[in-house]
Amino acid sequence: MSIEIKDLDKIKESGFKSLNPDSLRITVGMASCGLATGAQKVFDALVEAVKGSGLDARVVRVGCIGYCEKEPLVEVTGPELPRICYPDMTPERAGELVKSLAVGNYREDMALFRASKDNAAEPPGEVKDIVAFDELPYFKRQKRYVLDNAGVIDPENIEEYIARGGYSSIGKIFKEKISPEDVIETIKKSGLRGRGGAGFPTYRKWESARRAGGYPKYVICNADEGDPGAFMDRNILESDPHSVIEGMIIGGYAIGAGQGIVYIRHEYPLAVKRLGLALKQAREKGLLGRDIMGSGFDFDIGMSRGGGAFVCGESSALIASIEGKVGEPRPKFVHMAESGLWECPTVLNNVKTWASVTNIIRKGAESFSQIGTDKSKGTMIFALVGKIKNTGLVEVPMGIKLRDLIYEIGGGIQGDKKFKAVQTGGPSGGCVPEKLLDLPVDYEALTEAGSMMGSGGMIVMDEETCMVNIAKYFLNFTMEESCGKCTPCREGIKQMYEILDRITKGEGRPEDIETLETLGHIIKETSLCQLGGSAPNPVLTTLRYFKDEYMAHINEKKCPAGVCTALIEYSIDADNCTGCGLCLKNCPVNAISGEKKQTHTIDPAMCIKCGICRSVCPFEAVILK
Amino acid sequence: MALIEKVDGIVEMYGSNPGGLIAILQDIQDEYRYLDREAIIRVAHDLKLPVSQVYSVANFYNAFSLAPTGKHIVSVCLGTACYVKGAGLILDRLEREMEIKIGETTGDRLFTLQGVRCLGCCSIAPVITIDGEIYGEIKQERISKILESYK
Ligand SMILES: Cc1cc2nc3c(=O)[nH]c(=O)nc-3n(C[C@H](O)[C@H](O)[C@H](O)COP(=O)(O)O)c2cc1C
Ligand code: SF4
Ligand code: FES
Repeated sequence: MSIEIKDLDKIKESGFKSLNPDSLRITVGMASCGLATGAQKVFDALVEAVKGSGLDARVVRVGCIGYCEKEPLVEVTGPELPRICYPDMTPERAGELVKSLAVGNYREDMALFRASKDNAAEPPGEVKDIVAFDELPYFKRQKRYVLDNAGVIDPENIEEYIARGGYSSIGKIFKEKISPEDVIETIKKSGLRGRGGAGFPTYRKWESARRAGGYPKYVICNADEGDPGAFMDRNILESDPHSVIEGMIIGGYAIGAGQGIVYIRHEYPLAVKRLGLALKQAREKGLLGRDIMGSGFDFDIGMSRGGGAFVCGESSALIASIEGKVGEPRPKFVHMAESGLWECPTVLNNVKTWASVTNIIRKGAESFSQIGTDKSKGTMIFALVGKIKNTGLVEVPMGIKLRDLIYEIGGGIQGDKKFKAVQTGGPSGGCVPEKLLDLPVDYEALTEAGSMMGSGGMIVMDEETCMVNIAKYFLNFTMEESCGKCTPCREGIKQMYEILDRITKGEGRPEDIETLETLGHIIKETSLCQLGGSAPNPVLTTLRYFKDEYMAHINEKKCPAGVCTALIEYSIDADNCTGCGLCLKNCPVNAISGEKKQTHTIDPAMCIKCGICRSVCPFEAVILK
Repeated sequence: MALIEKVDGIVEMYGSNPGGLIAILQDIQDEYRYLDREAIIRVAHDLKLPVSQVYSVANFYNAFSLAPTGKHIVSVCLGTACYVKGAGLILDRLEREMEIKIGETTGDRLFTLQGVRCLGCCSIAPVITIDGEIYGEIKQERISKILESYK
């Protein structure tokens, strides 16, 4: 059944009823992160409990609101109720909650926050005491522009997306007969730059592809998400897939393409499933296919599953991969906008870029351009992880200080340890030290600091992270992922890796530092693609900001963070040891000896430095030197 | 169903189009958990491509395994968040307990040990999965018991 623009309103109504039913709506955050912490069991327990309680409620699966630290998350809403969110749910807590709800008790004691919703009613008395969503430190400084729907709507129900304004952007374009050129102009005015890495102005790519002659043309969504510590794109696809689809329809219309392709990681089964379902529902409603909403515009989207090679996130390698070939980059003599997929004009954008497009068209260019800094407009989505208290997915206005992001939103460092560095840009990026924490999140500022915006991975490191070791980690990654086509990347990274490996084993030489710097610059300048072109960044930035730590490894043969196993030693402090025997019992190689209630000792010749003794000792008697 | 027929069926599903090569190999891999020599030769035959080309594609992408895997697949997340929280030590322990290196299969074909990157549950890092079942905030001490339960 194909729908016309006016039919959107009808669907909107039924979606609105589903979001705001006459009975209670209980939602469970069920993106990958929620499922990993047991959301499915919570869901099942809720369904079971509701059945037995006589409560008039519907249990619904939603995506992730981004507060991963508190998952599994459950929300309850009803005709008279705001959304109330309950953290750290278990099947037992779920049962308890339903029992309370059945007698009209909203359990302020269990709640994390309340959030007003579209038909905001005055919340009942006791609920008012629950802290409001935008008062909670984790959300207060966030700006939910793209993540508006995530964790609120059922990602497998297109009607709920439509109810929240979905497909009204493309609907508006058709209804008001906005020309492709004007769509591109709006994107230009918004100041949107690519969210996949380099931050290239989106409108410029579109303009070239629009101007390029020939048909067919293609729009591609880069959902390869190669950064090994990041999950922004997956979360969007799992929580709000239609926002990406709608963006691609808009892009297709703007450049005159009839076909879109989402290049998505094979390792993301849930995202693949939800996107596939969303595409199917959009097609059934005539929002994809021929003559969309009676506009005369034909457009469809297919999926291409990536084979798990980091280099395939690079544009020309990605295209080779879609064509069924080995994913090797090509020299960029020709622009993709003129000759991309199957040598046709092609526009490639990141998942977040597409989702931003949808919102910009719906809310107007200004809604986006008024957020952010001079050259970095709008919001950015980060996966905030590592040694931080509040792990999760956050959307912040560009220009926010790293310090605010880490300390206010992230709640600071776990165990109140000392902050050491924050890494952005994944294997292509760099480590930013404490003294630069007042740096704004901005493409230029981060690049100047030797790092980059990247696609949104943000890893926080504390005093127990060794910067030499972490540089080695990233180089190992790029070394394994180099496609091997050009020598500087294939051989150069390997050489750098070997030097770092030596340093971490206590075999470093003073001249290594200079060799690393020289090699790094050569690789950067002479590699064919940006995999090699940016691979030295993690080493170069750590050399720039943490040279002392390198020197300690080289000169004193010490790892100040206590990570590099060749340079550390475990021993037992006789003053604190009570002879409880826990370490002895847990040591996997029997390197510890000692009688009960007597001081224990570690045989350094046998010790493999796994650190278990230190982690199990209740008296902090195991010393790491 | 015999391997050859199965492969033919999958190739047909993609319209015998060489552009579908990666998707075809993924489906075969999903079915058999690795790409058998015979399957690769058949795909090349069906798509009228040189066997060497199919091999090089199968070799290039991490998603493909060219050797049969063990009964249970143990994956250690080596994503950045897990790594800074000690995934390296977890890997060491797994290698010791299983007496194999990453990427290998135990002699009794019970376990294959592999590394994966960010499972998207960094809030419970470090993470390992066994046949898809997730174990979060994993500690070295827990590993032998967990492995034991799969024996
Ligand atoms: C080695 C390498 C890996 C990349 N990986 C990704 C990725 O996983 N996701 C992504 O969106 N962009 C990735 N990029 C950037 C893309 O080449 C491209 O610039 C981007 O997808 C364009 O979209 P945008 O303009 O919306 O950012 C990668 C680039 C390189 C050089
Ligand atoms: S820089 Fe590295 S990944 Fe890029 S083409 Fe050269 S060898 Fe391949
Ligand atoms: S890095 Fe391991 S789950 Fe994200």
